[in-house]
Amino acid sequence: MIGDMLSVIWKERKSLFVSRGSRMRALWNLLIPLVLVAIWFPLAQGPDWVTSPVALIALMIPTLLVSTTIPDSFAGERERHTLSTLLASRLPDRAVLFGKLAVAVGYGWLVTIVAILLALLTVNAAHWQGHVLLYSPAIVVADVVLSFLLAVFVAGVGILISLRSASVQSAQQLLVTILLIPPLVLGVIFSVFHKQIGNALGGIDFMQAVLIAMGVLIAADVVLALAIMARFQRARLILG
Amino acid sequence: MTEIAIRTENLSRDFGSVKAVDGLLMEVPSGIIFGFLGPNASGKTTTINLLLGLLEPTSGRAEVLGFDTRTQTSEIRTRSGALLEYPGLYEQMSAEDNLEFYGRVWKMGAAERQARVKELLAHFGLWERRRESVEKWSRGMKQKLATARALLHRPSLVFLDEPTAGLDVVAAASLRDDLAGLTAREGVTVFLTTHNMVEAERLCRLVAVIRQGRLLAVGHPDELRAHTDSPHVEVAGSGFNEHVLGLLRARPEVSAVEVQDRRLSIQLRQEMDVAPLVSLMVSAGVQVEEVRKGKASLEEVFLTLMEEER
Repeated sequence: MIGDMLSVIWKERKSLFVSRGSRMRALWNLLIPLVLVAIWFPLAQGPDWVTSPVALIALMIPTLLVSTTIPDSFAGERERHTLSTLLASRLPDRAVLFGKLAVAVGYGWLVTIVAILLALLTVNAAHWQGHVLLYSPAIVVADVVLSFLLAVFVAGVGILISLRSASVQSAQQLLVTILLIPPLVLGVIFSVFHKQIGNALGGIDFMQAVLIAMGVLIAADVVLALAIMARFQRARLILG
Repeated sequence: MTEIAIRTENLSRDFGSVKAVDGLLMEVPSGIIFGFLGPNASGKTTTINLLLGLLEPTSGRAEVLGFDTRTQTSEIRTRSGALLEYPGLYEQMSAEDNLEFYGRVWKMGAAERQARVKELLAHFGLWERRRESVEKWSRGMKQKLATARALLHRPSLVFLDEPTAGLDVVAAASLRDDLAGLTAREGVTVFLTTHNMVEAERLCRLVAVIRQGRLLAVGHPDELRAHTDSPHVEVAGSGFNEHVLGLLRARPEVSAVEVQDRRLSIQLRQEMDVAPLVSLMVSAGVQVEEVRKGKASLEEVFLTLMEEER
């Protein structure tokens, strides 16, 4: 199973980064989030960047990257007519699924880690305080762990959508639309009930809020993992 | 005793009310190219999907290389190769990488993989272009690469779903030659679906004809001819008027007569000497340019079977 997953990872990595057209596309997709998270926000925030919840802006990176790579990896295989050949091979369903998932999640997560490290360099270079500024533990946990869990979440939703979509474009559009709904709903709820929410959450500090978010994402990720394992089966994929 | 590569017993697959495959009963001996002929939407691709264990049958069963297609799908796919409806190539990747990936999938060692990739690309005349991404390749080159991929891990059985569909005559002939040479050399069993009768006639030791999911006939092309074909004579010339046609129809050995342009086709009830018929036509004023005793092409046999089924 691990060997089969590594074969899928080899192919996904080639498709994503090594092929000429893909390399340019991947670089363009990286550019804007990297500039924002690694340069723009740290410069704008100054030394506060290492302790401020604004540093959670880094969480947009896995969301953006995974929401583009997953539809390309799953709906793209069907659209480009490579899926049936892959399914006719000896690869187990789970090796295909988790190999693809690993590349998409790993890519989104690693870029996030690189971005927050670059951001640390930026803020230290631009606002040198005589000592090295480091992230607070809460920011480290939030950015490192939440970005991973969020990448898995976006990938899970993306896979479910991609398996039902006829094209990469329609999968990406639907995924982005669905990912926009929770922040919008939460925003509306917060603006209407901000006093009640403030009172209810008054005693919760940043670290506790991060832990609650982690718990919610872990639960969501487990549910999604079970759903995609049930859905990602050869007979169902062949029938579309 | 001949080994059997594929055995189906009343294999059926329904999609709702549509019977895509209906009670398929056949055996494919090992080591031959087996042609599976049928018009579009006749159930050819569904049959391949059933034999590869990608779809479960609604009823009946099948064994491929001695393995049950319901319960031993992994064993079947490990020992089989497939070129399905589309080449299924990763177009942004190079030809070499496409094969490299599937070599890894089939757990070939690095040295074996490299040697086999080189051997196949050289055989199909693609070695010099191995580092190009395949997206700008012609359809013929892509089909050759996809065929190479299907044969990469030296499978015992290869499914080829219309491998020459959409190719020009030269590319199709070239792929056919490569395929025939390679399969003969490696002793692989080939399950070839096609609606190209010339291809089937040239390549296949046995052919089966399927229509609307039902098997109409199985056998050597010559056996199918014997089953479905009555002897006939083709006459090229002029003067095929109603009087001549009437004289011919009145002969007890003639079952049907048909004229198209300057060609007259005479269906006979049995093999016979055609000289008396030619004399009759000449004496009735026909200018005979050419007489050919016909052996029906596989295409004619196929069309006859389709007609009978209707």
